[in-house]
Amino acid sequence: MVAIVAAFAVVPLLGGIGLRESLMLGAVYMILALNLNLMIGYTGYVNFGSIVFFGLGGMVGIYTITNWGWPLWAAMAGAAVVVAVLALLLGLGILRLRGAYFALATIGVVEATKAFVANFGLFGGSTGMYINFTAYQPLGGPRQALWVLYFVAVGLLAASLLASYLIKRSRFGLGLFAIREDEDAAMVLGVKAPLYKAIIYSASSILPAMAGVVYFFKNGVIQPDQAFDLTLSIEAIVMMMLGGQATVFGAALGGFAYEQFRGYLLTASAFSSFHLVIAGALLLAIVLFAPGGLVGWLHERWPATRRIFE
Amino acid sequence: MTALLELNDLTRRFGGVTAVDGVSLTMEEGEIYGLIGPNGAGKTTLFNLISGAMPPNRGWVRVLGEDVTGLPPYRVVERGLARTHQIVKPLNDMTVLDNVTVGGCFGRRKLSLKEAARRGRTILEAVGLDDRAETLAGHLTIAGKKRLEVARALAGEPRLLLLDEVLAGLNPTEVQRMIEVIRRIREEQGVGILIIEHLMQAIMSLSDRLMVLNFGAPLAEGTPEQVANDERVVEAYLGDPDMAEKLMAES
Repeated sequence: MVAIVAAFAVVPLLGGIGLRESLMLGAVYMILALNLNLMIGYTGYVNFGSIVFFGLGGMVGIYTITNWGWPLWAAMAGAAVVVAVLALLLGLGILRLRGAYFALATIGVVEATKAFVANFGLFGGSTGMYINFTAYQPLGGPRQALWVLYFVAVGLLAASLLASYLIKRSRFGLGLFAIREDEDAAMVLGVKAPLYKAIIYSASSILPAMAGVVYFFKNGVIQPDQAFDLTLSIEAIVMMMLGGQATVFGAALGGFAYEQFRGYLLTASAFSSFHLVIAGALLLAIVLFAPGGLVGWLHERWPATRRIFE
Repeated sequence: MTALLELNDLTRRFGGVTAVDGVSLTMEEGEIYGLIGPNGAGKTTLFNLISGAMPPNRGWVRVLGEDVTGLPPYRVVERGLARTHQIVKPLNDMTVLDNVTVGGCFGRRKLSLKEAARRGRTILEAVGLDDRAETLAGHLTIAGKKRLEVARALAGEPRLLLLDEVLAGLNPTEVQRMIEVIRRIREEQGVGILIIEHLMQAIMSLSDRLMVLNFGAPLAEGTPEQVANDERVVEAYLGDPDMAEKLMAES
């Protein structure tokens, strides 16, 4: 875990700006995959709408920066609070649904939020919000801001890894696993399932919301179509499944590997508009042949690795 | 002294069928109380009403004097109840020890992770699963899963334990072993046990008192001798008029 973060911190200093951009996107994908893993991998609830946290966090954060002149850290904190509270309230409602019904509801959440924001004047409607150059001055100008934002993203990645690990090792995490295996049995054993589910749904929204602020602040623009992109939401599931659900290392590895893979497909001329087809085929192959993902496969092959790659 | 469990006029209907029909009973602490009756008599539904898996249409449930009627299962657990399932519900992808640890962490005492794991090991030893502690629960045999159900329920240190056919599907050696486990639970921890069972010989020898359910309603209640000699019970359930003597002789 420390090694991953250290590599992210040091490598771009040596490798330059191109590598930094690739790693930035990789870090964002890893944050999405790790936090999605808290819902799907730990709790067993398939959330197709995790991108809402990312997009809404971005919207709220960018709004406070452009309209109220908030500094980055305050915008991130504000976005985290708003999104976490909304997720908690929403979670108490839609988590009454189970299985496929919950999964369908989460797709509805993405589309409804996108439509709402696109028709909502406050966040700039369907054209979104543009960030003025002066907003980057506190970070030392646009050029240096890119470096600052990169390291903030790496910090969020470190926090995601740590949170995933600590939750997995806690009493709370044990309760989540019990819910994943059999929710009715878990409740009879004393697990307060409705509350636990709502808490983890909300907790899994915090770091993606902050990552959304960083990502869109770096881009200089946020629009509903990019912020609430259902495709990226589904790609996050592919990343998590690829690496290995329910494991911290697997979700992180999947996020990183998928980003590299996607970058290759996008730039290779033969595949340019094909990457989603391949992502879909990949998901199918994983579910059919290696439901535990890369790390799950490792665990099965060499049980001793269970202790190393949690 | 407050009773361990009190049921009053407990009733549950499914559409036109009355699955549990006006059941009242009182259990004292440390008592083993048997529940028998033909298939479909409403025994498991009664367990579901007591444990909070579903609310009754009428009547109330008290555990140690506190009303728990209609509370969700995890609230009833806090009052001191634990149960097993007739159709076993192991947490398949978790180890046997983790299964039991869940029981300890979230049961009546809300133990810490460390304490619950320590207690879990003791209980696994008591039910004879200690050598399988690191196995995934889904890989156990059916007898193992039944024992795990009991271990998991006990891990929460309940005052009242509901056992739903924990002997069914076990071979004679395993049955004998499970009966010993049940007896020990009562003797060592003073846990009151409400037990559903079809193995007449076993339940007659275990129970202090019995109730026979038929079509959801109590048909007879009393000591094993009284129940086994009751004409209505013989007719509705046991079938053989000489059954009572045979059973008493065996136990």
